[in-house]
Amino acid sequence: MKPAPFDYRRPGSIAEAVQILAGEPNAKVLAGGQSLVPLLSMRLAAPAMLVDINAIPGLDAIEVEDGGVRIGALARHAAVLASPDVRRVQPLVPMALAHVAHATIRNRGTTVGSLIHADAAAEMPVVLSLLGGSVDVDGPSGRRTIPASELYVGPLESSLHHDEIAVSAFFPALAPGAGVAFQELARRHGDYALVGAAALVEGESVEVGYLSVSDVPTVVDLSGVDDADLGEAALAQLEPADDIHATAAYRAQLVRVLTGKVVRSAREWADQHAEGAR
Amino acid sequence: MSEELHDVRLTVNGASHEIRVPARRLLSDALRHDLRLTGTHVGCEHGVCGACTVLVDGEPMRACLMFAVSAVDHEITTVEGLTHADGSLSPVQQAFAECHGLQCGFCTPGFLTTITAGLRDNPQPTHEEARDMIAGNLCRCTGYQNIVKAVERAAELGSEARTSTTGGAS
Ligand SMILES: Cc1cc2nc3c(=O)[nH]c(=O)nc-3n(C[C@H](O)[C@H](O)[C@H](O)COP(=O)(O)OP(=O)(O)OC[C@H]3O[C@@H](n4cnc5c(N)ncnc54)[C@H](O)[C@@H]3O)c2cc1C
Ligand code: FES
Ligand code: FES
Repeated sequence: MKPAPFDYRRPGSIAEAVQILAGEPNAKVLAGGQSLVPLLSMRLAAPAMLVDINAIPGLDAIEVEDGGVRIGALARHAAVLASPDVRRVQPLVPMALAHVAHATIRNRGTTVGSLIHADAAAEMPVVLSLLGGSVDVDGPSGRRTIPASELYVGPLESSLHHDEIAVSAFFPALAPGAGVAFQELARRHGDYALVGAAALVEGESVEVGYLSVSDVPTVVDLSGVDDADLGEAALAQLEPADDIHATAAYRAQLVRVLTGKVVRSAREWADQHAEGAR
Repeated sequence: MSEELHDVRLTVNGASHEIRVPARRLLSDALRHDLRLTGTHVGCEHGVCGACTVLVDGEPMRACLMFAVSAVDHEITTVEGLTHADGSLSPVQQAFAECHGLQCGFCTPGFLTTITAGLRDNPQPTHEEARDMIAGNLCRCTGYQNIVKAVERAAELGSEARTSTTGGAS
């Protein structure tokens, strides 16, 4: 349970970090380490070098921008969860973050790290996908924006190049009158979910994103579906998988149950907040 | 193959220490093996059990999920640092003793650090909040009832201590 040897770099700027990454094809970025260190300790990963970005100033910013909120690569889950700006601009982010691990893990783990780690059982990749957010990355050829729809290419695989660093993530604001909700079922609070669902309702449009159902975060469009048929309509677009945590049949049942629930509570959220505004 | 060593200055319980370690030295191992602070326990080494929880700039974090080389800019508090300077127990430690909050004691250091920070942020937790405070720590022998009682007792002891130092004024 000890990591294999690796070279360690602790750059003081993004430019320096990018340069180091470009020189070592087998390097990995170290952010909060809450996913990477367990992989190293279990020797499921053995990179030649770790590029620790924790000493780069300014990366922990959380800023409200036109149309949404931008979260820096070193903003810890705990800081994002506690941010009144984030809660006001996009309430789905804290709703989902409350289910990410335990407080102690959230004190160190970063929200952007979780997006890049691309675990299909993680909450935040689904939230980013459902909201149509994006990640800004810096690399040898400059900065580019990767929309969530192009970020997730496979299990634990994002479309980031090995010499790129994610500098921030952008979560679009909740439109006036729209509603959101998040629910998941886990064996214990704080565990990875057996199935989780996030809903976004905006007028006639109904979309639900799922975690732990497929091997990438999956969003389905349920606009125009009768309330009673939501679960089956979602399942028609999903292929729940078996693993050691749950059977495909049990996952399908959770999708049936959770889909109706999240859509209903997203509508309720919209109604309550519309009244509050009046 | 000789592994590159790094000079690392760690600030632990207010004292500064110089150690020379490979980059892969986990903070938990640096504390235990290099600094001989064996109060921090190591159970799972992948972030699940909470036995290794220490305070990093006052916030609970897993020492097994940090490298010593990354801990340089931080103030670390281990269970050894919770005891008062005169050797007397802190309110959380006192409460564990009074409420039978431990049997073998393996998990205890992680609970003590976590609860110390938890009660600092929320000195009067409800029963639910007390349970939630320890939800990320595993105990395999005491069971959680007495540990939750200890959280609530520590909150009482803390508020008694605050009232006595402020001369009863509230
Ligand atoms: C006990 C436990 C329970 C957990 N439960 C949950 C849970 O329920 N839900 C959940 O979503 N997560 C959970 N996590 C994981 C946690 O949320 C992590 O914090 C998160 O997945 C990764 O963030 P990090 O900053 O720790 O990244 P790291 O571990 O440092 O990195 C993870 C990966 O992303 C890459 N990376 C990170 N940041 C960048 C960047 N800026 N640019 C380029 N690459 C980058 C790294 O190279 C690495 O491959 C849990 C972790 C533990 C230990
Ligand atoms: S030893 Fe660190 S959490 Fe178990
Ligand atoms: S007291 Fe033995 S594991 Fe908790």
